[in-house]
Amino acid sequence: MRVGVFICWCGSNIKNMVDVEKVAKEAEKMPRVVYSQDVQYLCSEVGQADISKAIDEHKLDRIVIGACSPRMHESTFQQLLESKGLNPYYVEIANIREQCSWVHTDKDKATVKATELVKKAVAKSYHAIPLTSDLLKVNKKALVIGGGIAGIQAALDIADAGYPVDLVEQKPSIGGRMAQFDKTFPTLDCSACILTPKMVEAATHENITLYTYSEVENVAGYVGNFKVKIKQKAKSVKQDICNGCGDCMEKCPKKVANEFDEGNSKRKAIYTLFPQAVPNKPVIDRDNCIYYKTGKCGLCEKICPTKAIDYNQEDEIVENEYGAIIAATGFDIKDPQDLSEYYYGNHPDVITSLELERQLNASGPTSGKVIRPSNGKTPEKIVFVQCVGSRDRNKGNAYCSKVCCLYTAKHTLLLNEKFPETESYVFNIDVRTGGKGYEEFYERARHKGAKYLRGQVSKVEPLGDADNKLLVRGYDSSIGEQVEIEADLVVLATSIEPKVGSSKIAGLLGLSSDSDGFFSEAHPKLKPVETQAQGIYLAGVCQGPKDIPEAVSQASGASAKAIILFNKGEVKSVPTTAMVNEEICSGCMQCKPVCPYEAISREYVTERVAGKEVKRPVASINRALCQGCGACAGLCRSGAMDIGGFTSKQIMAEVDTL
Amino acid sequence: MIEQNFEPKIVAFCCNWCSYAGADLAGTGRLKYPENVRIIRVPCSSRVEVQMIMRAFQNGADGVMVAGCHPGDCHYDTGNYHTRRRMMLLQSLTSFLGMDPDRFIVKWISGNEAAKFKSTVEEFNETLKKLGPADKVRDQRCGI
Ligand code: SF4
Ligand code: SF4
Repeated sequence: MRVGVFICWCGSNIKNMVDVEKVAKEAEKMPRVVYSQDVQYLCSEVGQADISKAIDEHKLDRIVIGACSPRMHESTFQQLLESKGLNPYYVEIANIREQCSWVHTDKDKATVKATELVKKAVAKSYHAIPLTSDLLKVNKKALVIGGGIAGIQAALDIADAGYPVDLVEQKPSIGGRMAQFDKTFPTLDCSACILTPKMVEAATHENITLYTYSEVENVAGYVGNFKVKIKQKAKSVKQDICNGCGDCMEKCPKKVANEFDEGNSKRKAIYTLFPQAVPNKPVIDRDNCIYYKTGKCGLCEKICPTKAIDYNQEDEIVENEYGAIIAATGFDIKDPQDLSEYYYGNHPDVITSLELERQLNASGPTSGKVIRPSNGKTPEKIVFVQCVGSRDRNKGNAYCSKVCCLYTAKHTLLLNEKFPETESYVFNIDVRTGGKGYEEFYERARHKGAKYLRGQVSKVEPLGDADNKLLVRGYDSSIGEQVEIEADLVVLATSIEPKVGSSKIAGLLGLSSDSDGFFSEAHPKLKPVETQAQGIYLAGVCQGPKDIPEAVSQASGASAKAIILFNKGEVKSVPTTAMVNEEICSGCMQCKPVCPYEAISREYVTERVAGKEVKRPVASINRALCQGCGACAGLCRSGAMDIGGFTSKQIMAEVDTL
Repeated sequence: MIEQNFEPKIVAFCCNWCSYAGADLAGTGRLKYPENVRIIRVPCSSRVEVQMIMRAFQNGADGVMVAGCHPGDCHYDTGNYHTRRRMMLLQSLTSFLGMDPDRFIVKWISGNEAAKFKSTVEEFNETLKKLGPADKVRDQRCGI
């Protein structure tokens, strides 16, 4: 065995805190190390050439790298080894940057530690075994979870590339949040006008199957071969028979708060989410339907001309297989009731921006009129409060919700256009307008008369006058004074938050989430649509606040990843799988139940014992299924189970260098 | 007897997806923590065999930490539930061996909890300093 050690300076990142020459010298003394060198940048072409040359000149067959985290460049070095005809798992990395130079302050101690980390890696490298992967077939069908604009875009792109897609949406219609918006910034396009055609396209596309009023129940499998259970909730209306006439909705006597209008209008218990809903056929909301509560009523069944109502329909579980999954679960907005200073919930004229959005919409609860909910009159003075629950760790979320500055500018412009007599005041920490045409749009809003006050609102309270106005107290830092405004309407730009229930989806898909609950991408810069789970991609606000163009771009990015996977048609299996030493396996099968991928089964080996042939049970691994977690190896009492790349010998060797 | 300036040795088994990533993030964020921790990368905290932990104690560790994803966040769905169960058993065994159970800790540290990684190491280090060297289960033959 001939080990070569390479210590990277990482420019000054490692070199400033670790004496790299000394580490390289010390490495030379380690057993079986025949070559050692320090290099400025190992990941660069020059650095790679150095390793390559040393492999040839010194006939190296194990490579130990002292550099950044293996999570950064392990695959770079593995590829290099492969190109040199060595098994990629013959490289071992000592993480002397993230675990040493960057976290310590004493150069001598850091140098000693770096040397020990290298020693540990050298010891591990002795026990490296060659690993290979198999090629697995990819099921060329995608699942998109979430039918908002991001999900729709992702589904359309994949479908246009010629692959079948299932689009799952938990509401009775696709469209998501964008369907609730009136106009979009900075172009002031009518949201429905640009969205509805896409919704229809998704519904009629030959490669797309819609599952509305449905939820993902279970996900098993791995990249290329996911098995997913989808629960299709009973709609109680036979969708193939219903012609969408809507007579039932008219006659239904039960009225409930309409979530689509943020609770500011009523819908029936049998309903479509909004007039342009896709599919445009009603469902019965069983939680509110009189028939399901009391067994009486049944009006819709009587009225329906096509006899489409079916009170006995049951939830259905559909089981499908997919090669790739795109999560596009979207967002909710923070309930401002938690922030008592804004008086939301205590005065009808304090509303959220989304409520104003619905008011502005011609098919919204006020048919496009902006009113004070308390008296139905047009407000004259409107105060907008920015960052409600955003950018304040103590009162909500530390992050910026990103879209509020722009949609508030939009609201002031729309108000100015429709009701020129209104005055808009915008309290803000600062105005963020990153995005094409956004600064100009904000300028326009100011130009048209919106008054921006740099400062935060400390309190909103009722004025107690006959008009039931609100007193908004705040601070204007540009004049350095407390200001008070008597407002007719207060509009809160509430924080964007991950969709309620998205943590369940994260659990099902094996995704990690950041501390705010948004799904984590695989790399913040270079893998913004991938996740740590192979074959699962992210689109839209489920990954973090973003505006419509960003959500759409990310959706197209995510679908491109799925299409690449489908075009390739096969994936490499995980090489670091479990291995059974049949000689010592006792066949106890304790390992079987701990495997999350059902990769372990009982097989039989035939042996000759005392001249007789006997069959003995042993555990066997399905390498296509095994993901190499090692739960089985951690448990095996016989020591018969091992994990490639992390064998007991390898780990023990590391422990022994203490 | 506790030596003066005793620097405990800590072995930390960190799962690749959460805790190892959290330690990496501590590096990226230039957080500082004591030098005496050695991280051993494992695919999942459930990969850690009891023998590995005992071997670490035998060979000179004064404290061992097993760190994985938070329950429910396991990259492999259920790995850390097995870890939790298995390691709780070991915990009771350490006391049975006459070892202070505080020398062996199991922590859930996610990929973005760099600060938690740092504080865990710091606190563990302080505890071990108070406890002194763990020679109870040390392999005495090789004179460590
Ligand atoms: S590998 Fe280990 S746990 Fe699995 S059956 Fe064999 S002896 Fe039992
Ligand atoms: S390592 Fe073992 S438990 Fe984990 S997936 Fe493979 S066979 Fe299953």
